[in-house]
Amino acid sequence: MIRAQDIHENTPWEDLSPGGEIYEPGTALAFDTGTWRTNTPVLYRELCKHCMLCVPFCPDSAIPVKDGKRLDFDFMHCKGCGICKTVCPFQAIEMNLGGEVK
Amino acid sequence: MANKTMVEIRWHGRGGQGAKMACLLLAEVAGQVGKFVQGFPEYGPERMGAPITAYNRISDTRCPVHSNIYTPDYVVVLDETLLDSVDVTHGLRDGGAIIVNTPSSGEVIRPKLRGYTGALYTLDARHLSEEILGRNFPNTALLAAVVKVSGVLELEAFLEHIEASFRKKFATKPQVIAGNLEILRKASEEVMQG
Amino acid sequence: MKTALSGNEAVAYAMKQINPDVMGAFPITPSTEIPEYFAQYVADGVVTTEFVTTESEHSSMSVCIAASAAGARSVCATSSCGLALMHEMLYVAASSRLPIVLACVNRALSGPININNDHSDSMGSRDAGWIQIYAENNQEAYDNFIMSFLIGETPQVRLPVMACMDGFITSHAVENIELLDTEVVQGFVGTYEPEHYLLKKENPLAVGPYDLSAFYMEHKVMQAEAIRASKARILQVAENLAAISGRHYGLIECHQMEDAELALVLIGSSAGTAKASVDELRQMGQKVGLVKVRVFRPFPAEELAEALYHTKAVAVLDKAESFSGCGGPLFAETRSALYDLPQRPQLINLVYGLGGRDFTTESARSVFERLAQIAETGETGPRYAHMGQRTRGSAT
Repeated sequence: MIRAQDIHENTPWEDLSPGGEIYEPGTALAFDTGTWRTNTPVLYRELCKHCMLCVPFCPDSAIPVKDGKRLDFDFMHCKGCGICKTVCPFQAIEMNLGGEVK
Repeated sequence: MANKTMVEIRWHGRGGQGAKMACLLLAEVAGQVGKFVQGFPEYGPERMGAPITAYNRISDTRCPVHSNIYTPDYVVVLDETLLDSVDVTHGLRDGGAIIVNTPSSGEVIRPKLRGYTGALYTLDARHLSEEILGRNFPNTALLAAVVKVSGVLELEAFLEHIEASFRKKFATKPQVIAGNLEILRKASEEVMQG
Repeated sequence: MKTALSGNEAVAYAMKQINPDVMGAFPITPSTEIPEYFAQYVADGVVTTEFVTTESEHSSMSVCIAASAAGARSVCATSSCGLALMHEMLYVAASSRLPIVLACVNRALSGPININNDHSDSMGSRDAGWIQIYAENNQEAYDNFIMSFLIGETPQVRLPVMACMDGFITSHAVENIELLDTEVVQGFVGTYEPEHYLLKKENPLAVGPYDLSAFYMEHKVMQAEAIRASKARILQVAENLAAISGRHYGLIECHQMEDAELALVLIGSSAGTAKASVDELRQMGQKVGLVKVRVFRPFPAEELAEALYHTKAVAVLDKAESFSGCGGPLFAETRSALYDLPQRPQLINLVYGLGGRDFTTESARSVFERLAQIAETGETGPRYAHMGQRTRGSAT
């Protein structure tokens, strides 16, 4: 039984799973889609009221929440779409050019 | 045909008259008494009243042939009006017979059989059915008639086994079983050569 | 138990004996009776199957796919346009390696619309990745259906199986049949215990992922290897069935082939009819025989080559057009199977029986007459032709 992390573009067919089955849940978590980003959000903590509007709008579940407070972005999965900036009522999020986290 | 001991029967009826059911019932019962059987309908337009054909092969060995029957030993006609539109005696073998559901005598029917000179039997199956069941289901009466005329099964063995089949077929309306059994017995007595 | 049943009744009865977990059901002539009879078993409480009625065949197959992935033994029945509407999902079932068993009651695929038998429906699905087994009569329909579970569910196979029978000719004909005892059937098929399935909570699973080109080819090779592996498994399961039933089945069935010089290759109920002609001609001293192809996928290429290599002339009878302009599907594959032989018989193709056109003992005899001429003169005439159609200027 091959694990998802062991499957790569050099895996021979004999080692793959029938039908491409994946024998563990949540393997998307391990997939670094943050490298696809061409714009990067910045959170201004002093303006953020933790209204939580940005959280459900994020298409990549890249805004972690802990104890009723949003944390900084999960940049491994944030693709930089900017929806969070658009929906934020307090202008607490801005988008910077480029994929780099500043 | 491959097997000379085989009896082949062709049924002519109209959709809704029960030719298919009679044909399948005969196959089932003949199978129960130890014969090798085939009973199969030929479907045309699936409508009430459209002419339909059904077939039986009954023999002592398994018959591998799965075509329709073109040279039957016996022909059963459930609806007299078919004689005008269907060549029911087509391919009927010498030494065989045709059985027609009609209140008329053989003398009246024979001229409608397009020059057929072989054995002809008649039975007023409609009358029997209406008298006993109160409705026109000619199929069981003709089933008994063809068993009697062809001798393909012992009549008593046939009557004995068909009761079990009726219990299965009429599981939801057991009140018609006794009537159908009476029809079978009377039909086997009333079918006459003409 | 010896009794007499139609092909549809026989398959519904096999289903009852197997008591599958799920049936995805949508009716279509001539397979409708199968879910109809089975629904009665469900209503009577004699099976515990989850009977899921759907709004289309695309959905009935989707139900089977989802159920099978969840770990349920799943069955389905369809015909003709129903199979066509499932077409997309047939590929999903096969490539997801889900051992669904589908009773395919063969019927012409439109148009013009026709409800009668030919093999155009399942031949149209021949490349979907399913194992395909064809029955000559109700007994084979019953036996094939029961064997299908053991074949498809084998870990090294894991493929769906289409158990085919001829619409009306087999599905609606009552014939003698020997049924196995229900306990025997249940012991034979056992319980379905896949290693991985969606509802196995200890081992979460994702099924049917998007496959990039870096992986798709590899998964297709795995599928191709699985269908190759199924050949041995089909024979093994047939042996197991023989042990409990006394009935023997192979990938092909050879009838009077030992010293045959002229032979037919064909599929389904017509093989029975042709056997009667073969026996008749044998009694007249003619060296004729036939090969019935029971399993079309995987294709029994080596077996056909071995059965036919010593013959002089062979007619492959296709009950489906493939509109290649040069022969039907059975012909194309049979001819290909013979290509590597050092010496080959003359081979012709006749497309017959489309949309319920009857095939009789006379039809089979007429083909043997033509083969005798070919063997004698060495001239094949047109290699690909149709038979049974009305043609201008020739008597019918």
